Amino acid sequence: MKAARSSQPAWGSLNKIVTPIVGVIVGIIFGSLVVVNKDRSLFMVLGQLFYGAFGSWSNFSASLVYTIPLGFSGLAIAFSYSAGIFNIGAEGQLQLAALTTAVVATSTALAGSFLHIPLALLAGAVVGSLWALLPGLLKAYKGFNEIVVTMLLNYVAILLVSFFLQGPMKDPKAYFPQSRPFLESSWLKRIIPQFNVHYGFVILIVVVLITWFVLYKTTFGFKIRAVGLNPEGARYAGINVERIMVLSMVVSGALAGIAGSVEVMGVYHRIMEGFSPGYGYDAIAVALLANLNPLGILFSAFFFGALRNAAGGLQVDFGISISFIYIIQALAILFVIASNGISRQLLNYRRRLHHGN
Amino acid sequence: MAPLLEIKELRKQFTSVLANDKVSLTVEKGEVRALLGENGAGKSTLMSCLYGLYSMDSGEILIDGKKVSITDCDDAIRLGIGMVNQHFMLIQKLTVTENVILGLKNPRGPWVDYAGATKKIKKLSDRYNFCIDPNSKIEDLPVGLQQRVEILKILYRQSNIMIFDEPTAVLTPNEVLEFFEIIKMFRNEGRTILFITHKLNEVMTICDSVTVLRDGKTVGNVLVKDTSEAELARMMVGREIFLKPAEPAKNIRQIVMRVDNLHVKGSMGLDAVRGISFELHSGEILGIAGVDGNGQLELGNALSGLAKAYLGKVEILGIDTTHKKPAGLHKLGLSHIPPDRQKTGLIMDYSVQDNLAIKEINRFPFSRYGIISRKEIRAHSQRLIDSFNIRGCWPDSWAKQLSGGNQQKVIVAREFEQKPKLIIAIQPTRGLDISAIEFVRGELVKQRDAGAAVLLISTELDEILSLADRIEVIYEGAFTGSLPGHSVDPLEIGLQMAGRKKAGTCDENEREAT
Repeated sequence: MKAARSSQPAWGSLNKIVTPIVGVIVGIIFGSLVVVNKDRSLFMVLGQLFYGAFGSWSNFSASLVYTIPLGFSGLAIAFSYSAGIFNIGAEGQLQLAALTTAVVATSTALAGSFLHIPLALLAGAVVGSLWALLPGLLKAYKGFNEIVVTMLLNYVAILLVSFFLQGPMKDPKAYFPQSRPFLESSWLKRIIPQFNVHYGFVILIVVVLITWFVLYKTTFGFKIRAVGLNPEGARYAGINVERIMVLSMVVSGALAGIAGSVEVMGVYHRIMEGFSPGYGYDAIAVALLANLNPLGILFSAFFFGALRNAAGGLQVDFGISISFIYIIQALAILFVIASNGISRQLLNYRRRLHHGN
Repeated sequence: MAPLLEIKELRKQFTSVLANDKVSLTVEKGEVRALLGENGAGKSTLMSCLYGLYSMDSGEILIDGKKVSITDCDDAIRLGIGMVNQHFMLIQKLTVTENVILGLKNPRGPWVDYAGATKKIKKLSDRYNFCIDPNSKIEDLPVGLQQRVEILKILYRQSNIMIFDEPTAVLTPNEVLEFFEIIKMFRNEGRTILFITHKLNEVMTICDSVTVLRDGKTVGNVLVKDTSEAELARMMVGREIFLKPAEPAKNIRQIVMRVDNLHVKGSMGLDAVRGISFELHSGEILGIAGVDGNGQLELGNALSGLAKAYLGKVEILGIDTTHKKPAGLHKLGLSHIPPDRQKTGLIMDYSVQDNLAIKEINRFPFSRYGIISRKEIRAHSQRLIDSFNIRGCWPDSWAKQLSGGNQQKVIVAREFEQKPKLIIAIQPTRGLDISAIEFVRGELVKQRDAGAAVLLISTELDEILSLADRIEVIYEGAFTGSLPGHSVDPLEIGLQMAGRKKAGTCDENEREAT
């Protein structure tokens, strides 16, 4: 009995890693079956997906580029969700943050300054957290449903970005609604010149580690998780539940903001309408797949990033619509959830065997 | 002629609790039968079996002498059984008619006969003077009228056996009188009423006969005209006290807590605590006895900073703490054992060590500059696990893996470790086995003897009787009178718990205020 108990946590934590991987693989296989026909077999599709994602250094690098915004916004979702708040507004937060970053990044006053990059990032983080502060306050003190508020604020944010890019901030030389190009001192440069992965990836890894540390090693994170698991118990234990909720949203907004800022500073060097294909929404799946664990988010963001990258290749080679990856994403999540359930059943079964009834 | 309803040797077991142990009762047509008993005596379980909410393990139900099988509520409704729950099952946004016909089929076709139903409901409402407009929305109706909608629901379904689960709990005194008139009308029509209650005066006023339950067993079936409140109280609460009573307090010293005219609203927006005042001294246990739902929860929440008092004052050691939050009260030396250890007392998905440290997490040595010291937290928890003898548990165990008794020990260890000056213990032994009860009660007495002021709020009468140095009885949010501890007549408390004020202690101002 004692042995069975003590072996359980080890099995459990291994399970936490194995289950999502199995789920993802099964999800990819079943998702790929959708596009199989007599001209292209399952192996061709899978092979092309694999090649597109990892087949060459430049493909791998492109996968990493997609990983960056997904990673930051995945962290954003996970952070507030740890406190029990579902921030659907990462998309709006990252869009407005990118817009603000554009103001700083095009400012000639800062040209050439070593402060240009930090200030451009900071501007994005601050605006992102302000955009999340409002739904946080409404949720904590007035009981508003944060899902509705954050989602509606997304539309406001995206339309605001459109307004500025078509009006006051439009590059006079451009036909499309986009800002003037950023000054070079604000660019997040490529890590290796021939590959397009930029220093945003390094920042992501640092932020992942910081987020993990904050959530699991500090009193702030301790309180956030307590509020998320049991708000009533947290209040009883002397935690200021409302304050924790608001702060978790502020941090979440800042992380989402950085996602937007890094994307425009590292990839486009300007902001244009529709620069984000919905990273803020995909981030929900990223965070859930990683079970809210910041370290896991790095991997699930890479999975989603690689998938998005590979799907681009598939579109070129086979003419398969890029929305095909949404089928894989959805199936992967479904299978992960299902295999969680299945492994729990197995665990119960094992336990019953041990207890002898 | 066979009796209308007969329940024979009904037995219902939940995982660890035998809720009904061979309960039998017989009810005649046109009878108002009270089901009387303390919390957890098995009244509601019995009625839930009759209404098909639970399935019984063994036993028989006979209606008009014929054996029936009731597997779900539909069966019960078909047999003419209707139930009005204590918590209304109404959809706030829908109208009265919509709520009443919800779930029913129109026999004449697939469409909803709203007009016909409205007419029928209007007629029913007029017949019993319910004063309900079938087209008004539930959310616009006061609680008393909402209950009538529930009654309309079972009338519409032509129930002849009507179950009321503590129907007066949510009503004002005037509404109670009106409700009794309705019950009388039903009786005159030959309907049978089963009335779940723990209030003796209601039994004496409105019921014909009583079935008293205690610990899942039938204690007796008596006619109201052959009994008295005193006898019923004895039947209801007169169980043996199996734990040794505590020694009386020897060293009562200064006032630690002073509560003055406290008013707190309950979840329904009504006054749950109406003008409670008391003083609590160092070195004594003040027991607050009362039947569940008489404001204990709200009183405990207000005193421990979890709920707001909208009127009145609380002082701890001379400091005004009326509006202090739990963290501030903890700093002043308040320990709090909440009534629900799983929902409030612990974070079930946190480890034992985290639960033991959670109230002090901001302080050195558990954390420094906001960074947690895992080593200190673990060592601290190991110390407490050893000194409070929490068996079958180590620092990394999840709280949810522990048994109820060990979960309560974790809370007690955390709360009592630092020599609290004031302890508020609410239902500290609910659902525990005897050894855990002994442990918790022993710790409370130990803390009292060490100089803590202890406020014990409990619905377990024997707990109050064996621990309290002074007793207050709470009824409908107010104290009905003080009693000395340790040598008090349980019957006197039983009567007061059921709403009888002790002669000469009636607080007139308080009555007028409500």
